[in-house]
Amino acid sequence: MVSYRLPRVATALAPASLPPSGLPGLDPAWSRIVDVVETGGLADGATHAWHLLDNGEQLAALGVEPVGTVLCVHGNPTWSYLWRDLVAQATAAAAAGQPAWRVIAVDQLDMGFSERTGVARPLARRVRDLDDLTRTLGLSGPVLTFGHDWGGVVSLGWAVDHPELLAGVLLLNTAIHQSETEPIPAPLRLALARGMLSTGTVLTTAFLDTTLALGHPALPTAVKNGYRAPYRSMARRGGIGGFVADIPVDAEHDSHAELDRIAESLRSLSVPTLMLWGPRDPIFSDRYLDDLIDRIPHADVHRFEGAGHLLAEDVDYAGAALTWLSGLDKLDQRSVEPVALVEPVALVEPVETQPLWHYLDELHDSDETALVDMAPSSGDGPRVVSWRLLSRRVREIAAGLHQIGVQKGDRVSLLVPPSADLTAVLYACIRLGAIVVVADAGLGLPGLTRAVRGARPDHIIGALPGLMAASALGWPGQKISTNRLPFASRKALGVSYALADLISLGRDEELPEPPLPTDVAAVLFTSGSTGPAKGVVYTHGQLAAVSRALHNQYGVGRGTGLVAGFAPFALLGPALGARSVTPDMDVTAPKTLTATAVAAAVSAIDATVVFLSPAALANVVRTQGALSPADRAALAGVKSFLSAGAPVSEPLLASAAALMPGASAHTPYGMTEGLLMTDITLDGIREAALDDVARGPGGVCVGRAAATTRVRISALDENGRAVGELSEAAGVTGEIVVSAPHVKDHYDRLWLTDLAATRQVTPGERWHRTGDVGHLDAAGRLWVEGRMPHVITTAAGVVTPVGAELAVSALAQVSRAAAVGVGAAGTQQVVLVVETIPAATRVSLAEPDLAEDVRMVAGHPVAAVLVVPHLPTDIRHNSKIDRTRLAGWAHGILTGARLTQP
Amino acid sequence: MRVLVTGASGFLGRAVAAAIVAAGHEVRCLQRRPSGVTGATDVLGTITDPAGVAEAVAGVDAVVHLAAKVSLAGSPADFETVNVGGTRTLLAAARAAGVGRLVFVSSPSVAHSGASITGSDAEPADPARARGDYARTKAAAELLALAADSAELRVVAVRPHLVWGPGDTQLIARIVERARAGRLPLLGHGAALIDTTYIDNAASAIEAALERVDAVHGNSYVITNGEPRPVAELLAGICAAAGVAAPAWSVPASVARTAGSVIEAAWRVFPGQDEPPMTRFLAEQLSTAHWFDQRRTRADLHWTPAATLDEGLERLAAHYRSL
Repeated sequence: MVSYRLPRVATALAPASLPPSGLPGLDPAWSRIVDVVETGGLADGATHAWHLLDNGEQLAALGVEPVGTVLCVHGNPTWSYLWRDLVAQATAAAAAGQPAWRVIAVDQLDMGFSERTGVARPLARRVRDLDDLTRTLGLSGPVLTFGHDWGGVVSLGWAVDHPELLAGVLLLNTAIHQSETEPIPAPLRLALARGMLSTGTVLTTAFLDTTLALGHPALPTAVKNGYRAPYRSMARRGGIGGFVADIPVDAEHDSHAELDRIAESLRSLSVPTLMLWGPRDPIFSDRYLDDLIDRIPHADVHRFEGAGHLLAEDVDYAGAALTWLSGLDKLDQRSVEPVALVEPVALVEPVETQPLWHYLDELHDSDETALVDMAPSSGDGPRVVSWRLLSRRVREIAAGLHQIGVQKGDRVSLLVPPSADLTAVLYACIRLGAIVVVADAGLGLPGLTRAVRGARPDHIIGALPGLMAASALGWPGQKISTNRLPFASRKALGVSYALADLISLGRDEELPEPPLPTDVAAVLFTSGSTGPAKGVVYTHGQLAAVSRALHNQYGVGRGTGLVAGFAPFALLGPALGARSVTPDMDVTAPKTLTATAVAAAVSAIDATVVFLSPAALANVVRTQGALSPADRAALAGVKSFLSAGAPVSEPLLASAAALMPGASAHTPYGMTEGLLMTDITLDGIREAALDDVARGPGGVCVGRAAATTRVRISALDENGRAVGELSEAAGVTGEIVVSAPHVKDHYDRLWLTDLAATRQVTPGERWHRTGDVGHLDAAGRLWVEGRMPHVITTAAGVVTPVGAELAVSALAQVSRAAAVGVGAAGTQQVVLVVETIPAATRVSLAEPDLAEDVRMVAGHPVAAVLVVPHLPTDIRHNSKIDRTRLAGWAHGILTGARLTQP
Repeated sequence: MRVLVTGASGFLGRAVAAAIVAAGHEVRCLQRRPSGVTGATDVLGTITDPAGVAEAVAGVDAVVHLAAKVSLAGSPADFETVNVGGTRTLLAAARAAGVGRLVFVSSPSVAHSGASITGSDAEPADPARARGDYARTKAAAELLALAADSAELRVVAVRPHLVWGPGDTQLIARIVERARAGRLPLLGHGAALIDTTYIDNAASAIEAALERVDAVHGNSYVITNGEPRPVAELLAGICAAAGVAAPAWSVPASVARTAGSVIEAAWRVFPGQDEPPMTRFLAEQLSTAHWFDQRRTRADLHWTPAATLDEGLERLAAHYRSL
């Protein structure tokens, strides 16, 4: 029994009642009281009254037959009020002719407006209580459970006990298992502490208040009061204390066995499952999500970055759930009708997939150079690594990792700067089948922390700075250092092994079976320049396809000398059989790469191919004055160079081409989700620049689709939504949608994002909606006109920003420009925000002459021209203008707000 | 169609009457002074005189009602009498005479609470929220007019926003006069986006509403050029057209609002000869954004503005050069 720890007032009895009227979002018509006879246990035969929300009568009044029931169970210390949006949206959807879902949201006994029973109700009793209720209701299938917090556990208990009714499982932040090795969350430890339990949960509203303070953004007072409504007195809060007391802190606890039973039963659960998660939860952190995914690996998962424990208040969980449910509806129909066979994609020739490490096997006894590290962390000159050594190290590290328990499918976060060490560790993980998690230091520490936490690595392999951050910020996972650290540092940072230990451990060990092409190989994080960083999942087959695409497009292959100055491509050197060199540069600041450093890297391996980021390229051009004649001679040997990551201007590319006169200059178009989608050369850019018809509404020409890549456009409607069927028609502006064997597999734990990125595509084919907007021209070239969220919807039609920006930037007195929309969607006004030459010292309205010039060339009616000293850009590329932020700022200025810097 | 235009001696009323004449209708004008509209018949009188109004509406098919007290100052009772009482009198007379159509010329200020408007459509008139006596009484009058809408008397309300052009003695003349005297400051930084209506566009829109009233009755429509501009640019453009220097100094918007409130109150106690140099309403109008969604207006009225803002400014400049 648990009641001994709670005060007498917690055993007060009270009948069930209806909620007071006027609670925001709650329709009194949903409320009903149901008498339920308890079965089993000491009180067998006792009757208890439940309060629940149920839209069944409203559906009946609409004359619609429900396709199923969603049974919602709240946690502690909330009540069915938590589910009001779902009841409302499900009812509204049914009224609008969409599939009708009956939603029943219960107040658990002793909670909300249900009866106060006066006795402790441990977990097993609560699962049985719910069963008593659903039998009384005569609930028939299909039923989907939806739980939050400890209500998630109760709902899962019901779910595993009712396989005959169960059609699916939905969860908001829930914990089903408490690892013996990890402490329970601090807030709960506090709540359970002797003396605190009664005071915190029953005698005062502390636990309730703390929970209601977890909204992101903060809950409106009226909503908080809605949550407080059933818990106004101590006598009504016994259930809150009871729930906390029922947390099975150890194996001795009454409810431990039941929790274990439910947790283990989940492993055999085969129904569709959706987990919606708010990671900013001090109680149910990501580790509990990880545990749930481990038990139900087929679950659809969406982490709402920035949302927390009260996910139901933070985000539109109800819309997400109904979207997911509607997908199930379609699945049912599909299972009735035979599925049409998907036509094989003619463009994509079946290719024998070579594993990413095949050159390491082939060349294991070659003394040719595989890697050169121009500035190894040891500090002594260039470090040269042969194929023989690299091959052996990769094997040893892979075997060593295996020895210390790293399994195929484990996630390994790599916090190692580009170097020979990184290459060896990366290929070791790949060979072992461990999933590498790669986040760019350019995300900044907060972004990186979110990324690493979200990806839940099982292991972190890092250099000292990375490990210090990991330790300081509490990143999860076993820690492995690249260098041997003094004992004190190892202890302080929680480092269990150094790379050298792994090499020794793995020296004479056999490697396990290699992963398959369909196994997940890597999670790469997006730049975050267009929202929170997203994890992008690639399989081994898809990464191999990336290297094949590079081979096809740029001829990088066996023996090619490659300067690897652009991270994602650089790492593929060994997979391509190339001899690659990492130039001397601070990778977190690509604009520190000098022309001399590139020349030194080129001559170290007689490189013929150079990969750089645009920021690096700009600095190389800027620092060319320091080049010696020998440096220039080395650069003259380069056959092709490529600047990837963001669009490059013709003048910059031309300046770089002048440094490498023997090279063809390329700039590809791609994204973390599809690294090489189109390519254009400097000559191609110049040719396109002359073609006014092809330019259409303007944009940056990024060339033709790469081999095995298909590029389509989904036309915009007047509200700026990409609703058109995928089309190759020339001159139509819309969202750019791509398909290739080397496009990502899916987003990591972002089910909704995945859904959006694959909306309207042919089932069975792998397409990616890029979020970029643009058009194809008659010659099949792609023009990028901006980002989808930056499309301006004027009364005269949609306006994409890049065309106007390029035209205005071409004015003599303008250095850069951004076009943004202000005002109500559909009738927005175009505003140009410009940096001038010379730069302005303060924000102002443009002088009449400048405003007139801008209006003359912009190509659209322009409401206002604002001058700023500096346009805000993202930290990673230092080139992508943050138009969303700028639009908000311009809106403020143009409604009379103070003239602040954007 | 035989059409009565009330208030045709005003800047907008005269242009509206002329546009209706030009559209081939028979036009009668009711106001205190001669309208000077070629091709129209004048009936002199006031909108507050039931007998005169009854006489004026006799035998017409439609009424376009512009007569109003348009001012930034004055006694609240005067606004009430002319704007609300006059409208009530006109509606009663029109119903009694069996007039079929009425275009009520209103103002976007009837639904303006003082906050910025950035692309919204015509909101319902609300005397409780409207700022100042003019807007409040016009709001009440618009509600009266729309309440009178029926199958027999089809009523539509149109709200042209900041009408200007050559010959305007209200907005343009005041701006130019004050700028010439060096008494025209910018309020705030002058970047607030404001949409305006060139006179010819306002007149053609009201004429279009008259033609379309059977299809669109019961509704309110805001009418503008659909070309919002920062207020500083507008003032500079008007000053340039008139050949005077643009405002070169500015007053913080909050100061202007406070000053406007004080001056407005003082004017109530000690009415001056002229109108007050600043009112709170005017200060708000000149330091917040107000521009509107014109899609419904243009689609429903089958109307688009014929003259752009820049063309309007050129005509204004030509007008000042001809003086």
